[in-house]
Amino acid sequence: MPFVLIVGSGRVGSIVARNLLAAGHEVSVLDGDPLSHERLDEGQESTWEGAGGRFTIGQAIERDALVEAGIESADVFIAATNGDNTNLTIAQIAQKMFNVPRVLVRVMDPARAEWYKAQGLETICPTSYAVQMFEQALATPGDEA
Amino acid sequence: MYAVVIGGGKVGLNLTRELLAKGTEVTLVESRRDRYLRMDAELGFVVQYGDGTELWVLERAGIQRADLVVAVTGDDEDNILICQIARDKYQVDRFISRVNNPRNRQYFELLDIRPAFSATDLILRLIEHEVPDYGLVHLLDLPDEQLEVIEVVVCEGCTAAGLEVQQLALPEGSIVISVLRDGSGFVPKADTVIDAGDEVLVCLDPGLESQVTALFDAAK
Repeated sequence: MPFVLIVGSGRVGSIVARNLLAAGHEVSVLDGDPLSHERLDEGQESTWEGAGGRFTIGQAIERDALVEAGIESADVFIAATNGDNTNLTIAQIAQKMFNVPRVLVRVMDPARAEWYKAQGLETICPTSYAVQMFEQALATPGDEA
Repeated sequence: MYAVVIGGGKVGLNLTRELLAKGTEVTLVESRRDRYLRMDAELGFVVQYGDGTELWVLERAGIQRADLVVAVTGDDEDNILICQIARDKYQVDRFISRVNNPRNRQYFELLDIRPAFSATDLILRLIEHEVPDYGLVHLLDLPDEQLEVIEVVVCEGCTAAGLEVQQLALPEGSIVISVLRDGSGFVPKADTVIDAGDEVLVCLDPGLESQVTALFDAAK
């Protein structure tokens, strides 16, 4: 199974991490906040490490932290911190400095997500999805209609 | 010339003032409201409020017609993105970026964001210049122009000490442009004798540094 490195253990990052680990992937998570580890343990039968996960405390942009978290052997890199510019920068570091084969980037701003997608980054924009969902929901009659 | 400055901290604000004083047309973009309001009171329409990493904010600032983009926010990722977008999306030819943490310089180089200046590095360079413990100081590095200027101390007993400038076996692509002796500098002639204790400025092509400094280092 591929080795996935997830940077950012927030709502999105931590759930993706747990799901991937449960599906049998090797998963490493990097976050600057030690408390973010709790999201990985929450509601689980064993601790994150007990279940086989890795967790590293460190800044996303620090080369040493990325290396400690295993970026050199990562097959997939997911940039999911709460900063668009941090995500876009570390994604390019993963791609160009460490040659990670697959890089996914969360970008909240639709304009930047679209432009960087055209530049060859695999961007995912939650804002665009939310807009789409709202529009779809409005196009179909609700329960009270 | 039209310049767009992103980031209204001490660097961005003072830079904007200086550019305006020189008659340059400038727009300064600041994302913090308190800072924006303070600067707006002083500089008026020159200052715009917004996140300078958002495309529409950059477009509102007129980045399409900018001759120069200066990214001086306190966040290196922001500065990298601003320059990347200015260059690759809006075809801005000239941009200058600030590096806040010298350890991030490798990322600016990785993504070819040049020139990138770090106050820490500049001060370190001044320290090297002022404190003579260091034998070699890089005064200027222009990798794109293939040009370097270094300052070297002429050590006692080195190959160069006691020789005329024309007798120095400097490699092709390097030349002594100035000699600093007893606190003042002068441009040497071909027959100027280099003494131990002098500091010489050498202009050179990149890659020749070790060959040049070998002439001035003490024999080991």
